Amino acid sequence: EQVPAAVLEHLERLALVDFRDAEGVRRLQEAVRFAERLHEVDTEGVEPMDSVLEDRCLYLREDDVTEGNCTKELLKNAKEKIEEYFVAPPGNIPLPKLGERETFEQQS
Amino acid sequence: LASWVAVVGLEIHAQISSNSKLFSGSQVQFAAPPNSLVSFFDASLPGTLPVLNRRCVEAAVMTGLALNCSINKKSLFDRKHYFYADLPAGYQITQQRVPIAVNGSLSYSLCIDNKMSQMVTKTVRIKQIQLEQDSGKSLHDDTRSQTLVDLNRAGVGLMEVVMEPDMCCGEEAAAAVRELQLILQTLGSSQAIMAEGQLRVDANVSVHHPGEPYGVRTEVKNINSVRFLAKAVDYEIQRQIEELENGGTILNETRAFDSKLGCTISMRDKEGKQDYRFMPEPNLPPLILYDAKTLPANMNHQQVVNIDWIRERLPDLPSVKRAKLVELYGILPEHSFTLLNEDGLAEYFENVIKHTQMKPKKVIGWILKDLLSYLKEHALSVKDSPVSSFLLADLLNLLERKEISSSAAKQVFEELWKGEGKTPLEIVKEKQLELLQDQEELEQICQAVMDRQEDEVGAWMLW
Repeated sequence: EQVPAAVLEHLERLALVDFRDAEGVRRLQEAVRFAERLHEVDTEGVEPMDSVLEDRCLYLREDDVTEGNCTKELLKNAKEKIEEYFVAPPGNIPLPKLGERETFEQQS
Repeated sequence: LASWVAVVGLEIHAQISSNSKLFSGSQVQFAAPPNSLVSFFDASLPGTLPVLNRRCVEAAVMTGLALNCSINKKSLFDRKHYFYADLPAGYQITQQRVPIAVNGSLSYSLCIDNKMSQMVTKTVRIKQIQLEQDSGKSLHDDTRSQTLVDLNRAGVGLMEVVMEPDMCCGEEAAAAVRELQLILQTLGSSQAIMAEGQLRVDANVSVHHPGEPYGVRTEVKNINSVRFLAKAVDYEIQRQIEELENGGTILNETRAFDSKLGCTISMRDKEGKQDYRFMPEPNLPPLILYDAKTLPANMNHQQVVNIDWIRERLPDLPSVKRAKLVELYGILPEHSFTLLNEDGLAEYFENVIKHTQMKPKKVIGWILKDLLSYLKEHALSVKDSPVSSFLLADLLNLLERKEISSSAAKQVFEELWKGEGKTPLEIVKEKQLELLQDQEELEQICQAVMDRQEDEVGAWMLW
């Protein structure tokens, strides 16, 4: 089944992914279909597993200062910096609305 | 016009008082050079993993116990996704499904009609307490159309305390937060200084007619002090009432409080309602806590957080301290509130008691009326008082032994306030404020006065 265009747009906005063309959308639909097969398993009375680590002990660290003080190294990755601050655009720039940009449907 | 009922709930973020961050070993400190307290994990560089700080877990358990919560022996971590420049990973690690503590309560007191003598106790339910990461700081530079990002705060441990909408006005919200602040400071789990961003409060406000369903609520942010919290909540309640009475509607939105204008302003997000796409944090197994019964035999004690061990070591909470002060010293409940409300005042009071023969019921008057009013007038904290508790005790001893009158004592106090290093006795001698104790000398003075005023004495004697 088709994933509705509104959902695709919503996903693109939320995850900042670009489905780009029909091929990208088809791949998404394949992934959803693949995951839906999980519904075939009878999970009546079974607690959901949300981590393969569920039987592991969560390691607790001592409250000591062991890291930090590497400003120079961190800023090496920055495209722009001003006096040891990272520079970012002013707030979030919203994606253009559906009608204002080329959609995957239009491109295919 | 029909009456209105307001409903106020609070979401409070308290920064955990710890040396290092929640999931990394970088230092937690308020003022430091930008991006100097940031590890590779805090900057969300690939290949890094979260490692939970035991101190943060203990702080959350302490706080949960102090707020009468059930501590969840198994709690889980989740990712809350949204994009912002000061959230480098694109998600915040929080506890959305199963937080560390649930279903507690907080009792606080209010003065009726602003009279300290009439105090009423109220309770607010605590929905839950969850552990989560703080974000970095964004400095908005509108002139150059850019944002400067400092990640020093990114990853610092927070306890989010959610208070149910059991409050009805700004005064109640402020009193509840003030009591929470005192509790956190007593526990040491957070220093809870609002001015330094260690305690942030968001208020959820709605209004409705009694008997009708709750109205649409708004969220009010950017509240920087307990005083502003009361103002912001009361303003928003009024705004909503006026809007509805004029036939308007309330939007479910976020509003920012402007302290200069004293009003709330819409922060409506053009993107619409946020979808945080919560998912389990795959890098962290469940957090398991133990108590005396479930303590495993062979486990390394550094890996164990024992709820009972923590409960046994909880200090006296403010409400207990107040009750003890009232019982021990016979002071009034409202006095105990004032003593605890000023940092260091209760200790000061008790030290004076220790060093004076004057009864506590009389000492409290000096503390609350004289000392406190001088401190307030000069905007000083107790620890910066030029009159130490020892000096005040000396002064009160002179008064108690009737070596000076109470008006003379007030004069001496004023002198002591100058902080010139003189003792009360020195000031008394200097200003010749000693009370005459000699019976014969007193009789002579009285006789001399009467001799000079023969007419008045005569008139009085005829009576």
